[in-house]
Amino acid sequence: MQSNAALEYDYSIAKLFTYITILFGFLGMLVGTIIAAQMAFPELNYLLGEYGTFSRLRPIHTNVVVFGFTVSAIFATWYYLGQRVLKVSMAESKFIMVISKMHFWLYFVGALLGTVTLLLGISSGKEYAQFEWFIDLVVVVIWVLWGLSMMGLIGIRREKALYISVWYYLACFLGIAMLYLFNNMSIPTYFATEGLGAITHSVSMYSGTNDALVQWWYGHNAVAFGFTVPIVGMIYYFLPKESGQAIYSYKLSLLSFWGLMFVYLWAGSHHLLWSTVPDWMQTMGSAFSVVLILPSWGSAINMLLTMKGEWNQLTENPLIKFMVLASTFYMLSTIEGPIQAIKSVNAIAHFTDWIPGHVHDGVLGWVVFMVMASLFHMAPRMFKREIYSRKLMETQFWLQTTAVVLYFTSMWIAGITQGMMWRAVDEYGNLMYSFIDTVNVLHPYYAIRTVAGVMYLVGFIMFAYNMIKTMTSAREITEEPQFRTPMA
Amino acid sequence: MFFHWLEKNPFFFAAAISIVISFAGLIEIVPNFAQAARPTVDTTPRTVLELAGKEVYIKDNCMSCHSQLIRPFKSETDRYGDYSLSGEYAYDRPFLWGSKRTGPDLHRVGNYRTTDWHENHMLNPAEIVPGSIMPAYKHQFTNLADIETAYAEAVTVKNAFHTPYGPEFKRTRAAWDAHRPKVLADAKAIADDMKNKDVKEAVANGQVPEIVALIAYLNSLK
Repeated sequence: MQSNAALEYDYSIAKLFTYITILFGFLGMLVGTIIAAQMAFPELNYLLGEYGTFSRLRPIHTNVVVFGFTVSAIFATWYYLGQRVLKVSMAESKFIMVISKMHFWLYFVGALLGTVTLLLGISSGKEYAQFEWFIDLVVVVIWVLWGLSMMGLIGIRREKALYISVWYYLACFLGIAMLYLFNNMSIPTYFATEGLGAITHSVSMYSGTNDALVQWWYGHNAVAFGFTVPIVGMIYYFLPKESGQAIYSYKLSLLSFWGLMFVYLWAGSHHLLWSTVPDWMQTMGSAFSVVLILPSWGSAINMLLTMKGEWNQLTENPLIKFMVLASTFYMLSTIEGPIQAIKSVNAIAHFTDWIPGHVHDGVLGWVVFMVMASLFHMAPRMFKREIYSRKLMETQFWLQTTAVVLYFTSMWIAGITQGMMWRAVDEYGNLMYSFIDTVNVLHPYYAIRTVAGVMYLVGFIMFAYNMIKTMTSAREITEEPQFRTPMA
Repeated sequence: MFFHWLEKNPFFFAAAISIVISFAGLIEIVPNFAQAARPTVDTTPRTVLELAGKEVYIKDNCMSCHSQLIRPFKSETDRYGDYSLSGEYAYDRPFLWGSKRTGPDLHRVGNYRTTDWHENHMLNPAEIVPGSIMPAYKHQFTNLADIETAYAEAVTVKNAFHTPYGPEFKRTRAAWDAHRPKVLADAKAIADDMKNKDVKEAVANGQVPEIVALIAYLNSLK
């Protein structure tokens, strides 16, 4: 039917998700900066009474950034690139359009509802899985809707072979579905009794050590299938599109993909080293974490080699800079993780600030950079306008890069300092420091981290401003840009 | 080539992913399930008041800064007491090991802190431990703990997982009404060791402020 004419893709859903990616990104990072400041200046805990303490706000930071910002970005990019790599417009199927609209609205309402319950302290108590059973049910429906829309689009595709990015989005869908379901198994107490107590409360199906195992199998791999898999899917699409270069090696893509699928999930138990989980599981988690370097670096190296012979683009196009920096941080963070998963290193690193340091060089340097680059690439093509300001983008790049470096260096030092002080003994073998000594010494690092947070947040506001201007008032373009994104 | 065929068949592609990602869970988690849930000899399930305290602990998310897991190192056993054993957690749903020690470990805090200490500390941590960056939790002195939900949880785990609660734990409202005085008596025992007049008065009136339940829970961590 449309064999000769270029396809008109329908970006209405991608646009909606783009708006809320920016919104949730801002909110999540704002709360993150506030709680970072609270650790340096505890008086800031009392701005909102019961609802403003570090402990109440921390799950809001993590959940809004993970399930608000990142997941919105996954959806936004899927609804953009899914059509393009499958060579089919969403508008060709009424069913897919309706499902996708429902997907968006239910997701948006669910995300807001979830945030409110966390603020009220309605929590199942599991890290990154705090939502109580009724929110979990909404999450399941949202996920099924996404699945329907994705499978539907794959079902009516014209391009028969699935492009690499689609592998990753598919894996994201399946992986999160499996992990989320098993980890959140719980019994609502209200329905298990004659309507006693709060209807919101439930109790975990697993106890103690088992619960810990399931939780970190989930927790680690929510990172895998939320922060790694779909983001790799993004870079496999957007880097070649932006640079005009073909992916360096198909075989390396294959190896990295299937390697990642197989190896990643074993590594969950490295969160439980030296705990009451059996030794063989801990060792297994440790060993597989080190093996994980292979598929992770496989993807990253594939990306860097894609730029082979075209490194001049790094100076000419700031978006290439974003993506190359993202791959580099991906490499840093995927070598750092395995180091922390070695049992003797973990003995010092676990429970310290080195862990949030590691998480943040991954998410701030890799995830957020890649998401912003993707949205920058999408905006001119969706809104038919060029990027509002290249200068702003350059400034933002350097501001945020500096912020990430400040963040992880301060947290590395803080973490190793604290880990060493906890175990320091004097010549008679007595502990040298009381616990509070190890807290007081961290103040300067917490202060530096706060500065880094503020800088990163300002950078994100610059991104948001640039995006909004691009959507509303930048110069219009008539033809879709082929590779390099046009910018003023 | 196999992979080229697979990439053209989304159903089998999705099936292949599902199989490949399931291995780890099957091999690492499933075999240990029965064994890891076995309680140590003197481990008993928590009382209803302690369970309500655990809910306060979760509501205010204490585990974002405190672990409940003492690792088998001399530096940890010197600081916190005996290292933790799997069976000690057998009745913990969810587990509350935490992942960060912004504050000290609490797995055996009941051995070395008292009701009185916690009361003062929760009102103003920096006064008790100079330099502390922990926020005060004053609202726990006025908010009421949800002891009915805690009872519902005890009954649920008894029926679903055979957690050894006594025969008086039943699904009915009548059973709860019968058990309630026992919870209030436990609360009174805690409140007797406290100074705060409002808390004492509330307990005398048959109410349980969050702080009372929380302290009962913290005292049970041994």
